[in-house]
Amino acid sequence: MQTLLRTPLYDRHVAAGARLVPFAGWEMPVQYEGVIPEHLAVRRDCGVFDVSHMGELEVEGPRARELLQALLSNDLDRIGPDQAQYTLLTNDEGGIVDDLIVYERDPERFLLIVNAANRDADFAWLRDREIPGATVRDVSDDYALLAVQGPRSLERLGLSDAPAFTFAEGEIDGVACTVNRTGYTGELGCELLVKEGAGGELWDRVVSRGAVPCGLGARDTLRLEVCYPLHGNDIGPETDAISAGLGWVCALDKEFAGVEELRRIKESGPERKLAAFVMEELGIPRQGMAIAEGGEVTSGSHSPMLERGIGMGYVPAGTAQPGSELTIDLRGRPRRARVVKKPIYSREEQHGG
Amino acid sequence: MAADGNPGDLRYHAEHDWARIEGDEATFGITWFAQDALGELVHFEPPEEGSTVRGGEPYAEVESVKAVSDVVAPLSGEILEINRALVDAPETVNADPYGDGWIVRVRLSDLAEAESLMDAASYEQFLAEQG
Repeated sequence: MQTLLRTPLYDRHVAAGARLVPFAGWEMPVQYEGVIPEHLAVRRDCGVFDVSHMGELEVEGPRARELLQALLSNDLDRIGPDQAQYTLLTNDEGGIVDDLIVYERDPERFLLIVNAANRDADFAWLRDREIPGATVRDVSDDYALLAVQGPRSLERLGLSDAPAFTFAEGEIDGVACTVNRTGYTGELGCELLVKEGAGGELWDRVVSRGAVPCGLGARDTLRLEVCYPLHGNDIGPETDAISAGLGWVCALDKEFAGVEELRRIKESGPERKLAAFVMEELGIPRQGMAIAEGGEVTSGSHSPMLERGIGMGYVPAGTAQPGSELTIDLRGRPRRARVVKKPIYSREEQHGG
Repeated sequence: MAADGNPGDLRYHAEHDWARIEGDEATFGITWFAQDALGELVHFEPPEEGSTVRGGEPYAEVESVKAVSDVVAPLSGEILEINRALVDAPETVNADPYGDGWIVRVRLSDLAEAESLMDAASYEQFLAEQG
């Protein structure tokens, strides 16, 4: 039996009564009080997630930018120092090895924060393609990472607002950390990158400022409501960015792995598209359920904000437009759903500004 | 987390379902342990009215945000009534698993079957052994 890895916050999770589950080789909290109250805390106020299982890869050297430009789909020249960018690591067929955020520390130093399940694969992928003048290191074990998310998150942390996808060195009650204005919930918030040894102390400070501890259960429902794809569910090496609706992070005017295939798909139009849908009948769609019109559910759950089933799945392009009706096979029971414009939930629309 | 206590007048099935037997009829539900393990319920898929259930076999489904779970019949019989209120408010099962969170009422087809179920003390022993 493989031993599960534990983050520096493991003892805090146990003390807080978290329900721990195996996830991508890690023993992680899936919930504390419950998925729904944690979800609502993030939508209404502020929650904190331990995401220390995520991987951190450093790419440094005079040719670091050149290496990354050839392997990542987005155009690094669109950002400068202290800025971050959502991007894809693509294979030669245009498939998605991983989705990640790249942080430009300075023009020769980049940090990639990658999915926990892909940490080893991403590192091997980059190492195999290293060029003289660009060095790749896995520094995941050096850091803990806390995502603090919600409309009151920055206020609760005593941080002034900053543009999304920027980062800066900072501190929370004396604990030094890098404050990244990024997240995976669709809410205002930040991700705090901290030295591994100070992770527990930072967690305590953040919680004492009123952030509600939240588990991976709420992280999944929050990201699905705003249609952020989950690698391994909605995107993967066999799916391409254009069909997934991620063309906006692909700079098709530059050269990178798989770009020719992506240009071809863009030109001819994808056969299937990743559509978001809301159930019109009772029941909760789950990953793997068949869609009668073609394809299957890649992510499905109950939406705490809509209080009904929601999901995403690749459907024939002709039925991917908002308004199209879908029929989901809910364990032998056909149930109606309707394709909606992404995101399924948006703060601005629901609260009327 | 402490259970609210499993009522002494019920009989329990190892799949964490209970039966309140009254003559040749019984009410079924899921136990405090079951609802706690599932977390807040967000969907109840009821059985067909008038359908028959067999002891040890699933007859309905409940779902939390993360998972779907079969509800197993502790005893065999014919469904007389379904707690329709659970369709709109499945979380009632969490709030009151032995009261308002009941699931179906059944006319039992084999009264001797009840012998196979556990009483509250045995069920609690069973939970303790499961650790």
